[in-house]
Amino acid sequence: MQNVTPSVPAMSWLPTAPDFRARLRAALDTANPADRLQNLVSLASCHLGFLETIQLDRAFAQLALKEAPGFAPVRLGVLASSTVDHLLPAIRVAGLRRRLLIDAYCGAYGQYRQDLLDPTSSLHQFAPQTVLFSLTARGAFAGVPLTASVADVDAVITRFIDDLRSLWRKARGAFNSSIIQQTFMDVTEPLFGSYDRLVPGAPSPVVARLSGRLEEAAAQDGVLLLDVARASERDGIDAWFDTGRWLQGKLEIAPQAAPKYGDLLARILAAQRGLSKKCLVLDLDNTLWGGVIGDDGMEGIVLGEGSAVGEAHLALQHYAKQLTERGIILAVCSKNDTRVAEEVFDKHPEMVLRRPDIAAFVANWNDKAENLKTIATRLNIGIESLVFVDDNPVERARIRESLPMIAVPELPEDAAQYVRCLADAGYFEAVAFTSEDQQRAQQYAANVERDALLESAQSMDEFLRGLKMSVVSGPFTAVDHVRIVQLINKTNQFNTTTRRYTSEEITELTNHPSALTLQFRLLDRIGDNGLVSTMIMRPTSDREDVLEIENWVMSCRVFGRQLEFEAMNIAAEAARQRGARALIADYIATPKNGVISSLYSSLGFSELHNVGSNTGAQRWCLNLENYVMHDTHIARVGAAG
Amino acid sequence: MTAEEILAALTRILHDLLLNDSIVLTMETRREDVPGWDSFNYINFIVAVEIEFGVKFKVADIESFANVGAIVTEAIKLRGR
Repeated sequence: MQNVTPSVPAMSWLPTAPDFRARLRAALDTANPADRLQNLVSLASCHLGFLETIQLDRAFAQLALKEAPGFAPVRLGVLASSTVDHLLPAIRVAGLRRRLLIDAYCGAYGQYRQDLLDPTSSLHQFAPQTVLFSLTARGAFAGVPLTASVADVDAVITRFIDDLRSLWRKARGAFNSSIIQQTFMDVTEPLFGSYDRLVPGAPSPVVARLSGRLEEAAAQDGVLLLDVARASERDGIDAWFDTGRWLQGKLEIAPQAAPKYGDLLARILAAQRGLSKKCLVLDLDNTLWGGVIGDDGMEGIVLGEGSAVGEAHLALQHYAKQLTERGIILAVCSKNDTRVAEEVFDKHPEMVLRRPDIAAFVANWNDKAENLKTIATRLNIGIESLVFVDDNPVERARIRESLPMIAVPELPEDAAQYVRCLADAGYFEAVAFTSEDQQRAQQYAANVERDALLESAQSMDEFLRGLKMSVVSGPFTAVDHVRIVQLINKTNQFNTTTRRYTSEEITELTNHPSALTLQFRLLDRIGDNGLVSTMIMRPTSDREDVLEIENWVMSCRVFGRQLEFEAMNIAAEAARQRGARALIADYIATPKNGVISSLYSSLGFSELHNVGSNTGAQRWCLNLENYVMHDTHIARVGAAG
Repeated sequence: MTAEEILAALTRILHDLLLNDSIVLTMETRREDVPGWDSFNYINFIVAVEIEFGVKFKVADIESFANVGAIVTEAIKLRGR
């Protein structure tokens, strides 16, 4: 007999909260709203079941927060052809886990078309920043007779996909929002058995074909996918779909899958806002290899072919290596002698990871919390963008306690499950894969080389001169579109206003005649740093001859290279060519962009007082008529695009 | 587990679900006696009970449970298998 016990998707990377009920009620008794939110966030970071998630959401709702410092607000519209109300608490809780304040809207059951098409609908008043389409595949396979040929099936699917694309276009047109489309779970039952696969009109092959076409259409239209199909294969369809719930209330996603669903969605929403993790920090002994190098020596540690344990550790190394190929930075944080630890990377024949793969290598006997801070500083990334993987539960607990912003997966005891745990956690969710991502590993390795150059140089000036830097600049182009969107939305430190732009908004800016957009690529004698800075300027509403720098971002990889000075030279020149007499610019302070608090004063801007003070923004002005070019060691070559 | 223990667990689950620790459940309590226990939260409640006890109720039973006592009886029956 099937389904005698409920099947629940696993979220094993999250640590358990043994005293959840007591802690939740204590949080509810906390009078100060900021403290209460903090307590709820720390509970949200634990492994929560279906019921705990609902409780936490209710407690969060009592705060009635529209905004909170350090939290990114998200307006999410969910358009669904099945009941999804039961998913909203989990979506909001997973948002809290990532410091997103999600305001989720879902229309009445089966009303999504009307909501979208009627400009007076409450969805239009809500004005979502992101629209999630949660549609079932039932409409597609219900229309296909069992006798259908491949061509017949394709015709039905084409109509289905065309309809979907027109919905995407309508949502984009109406809200300028980003679009997320849920993939199609295969909830069909076999008709012929294994032979189903050879009958194009059988339900399961129709879903498979539909899924393939959905992927193509999404890639073409710049739509992101929420892959519940993959998740339901991972956890088992019984954990995600329950026929009883479908019959009772048209719930396509089973309630017990809600926490996982919310997490999968919040990952994407966080990734769109640059909140995905950037760096994987690895422990060494019993994590990257079996045994303790300091005790067992090079011959004694277990690594590589011939031993299941050795292969399990090797699998983690392979996975980490693959992560670097998609742009994730690697670091090592280990209690060891540096020389002893590095020797394994240099000399052990089975090692997959080698010393140049590691952008920051910290092996000593200090407290790991201090070492993790050092790693973040050395790589010039926020400490909240680290993931720390350690087999030792004591070290894990200590880091969670002292540095709660670092993600620490609850690694299983069995090394064979390490990769799966890390992969399931979804820390490195992406919304793009750019050439910058592919080259990032080399770029960090090149930065290690630059650091060595800096150490040997007599002065900063000599170092910069020796780098032989040049900048390629130009307006935004379609070719660089994906990287531009990624850079603007991922950059938190050198970001003057932390305004975020959807892909659609950047396209509009790229084509807008009055907008002045600039992108900067920095090269030096060690390598190409890639597209590392963008600037968006527009005429102010009252004066055509004054341009406002609406947003300016720069990758932390190139801080301290004078690029901001040369970029301003280029911007000033481009603005003058437009007939502009002055630039104005806001600096909006956030907890993360303090590094550029004196940017505009160092560039010769003067602060405009009595303006914008109520918004928390500092407003700066630069007179272009007496602008003197800054001296830098960066040469200008050609134009991008 | 005795009927009383299951009733206590159901009470705790409903307290958590509705975030209201003042609700009192008896074997005779009907859904409409409890403010906020609507059809949406009834499905949530059933799911939470199923996960807690590791059982699956039949759709026919879910539609026809007359009161809390009926849920307790069915849970005992399913757990006894």
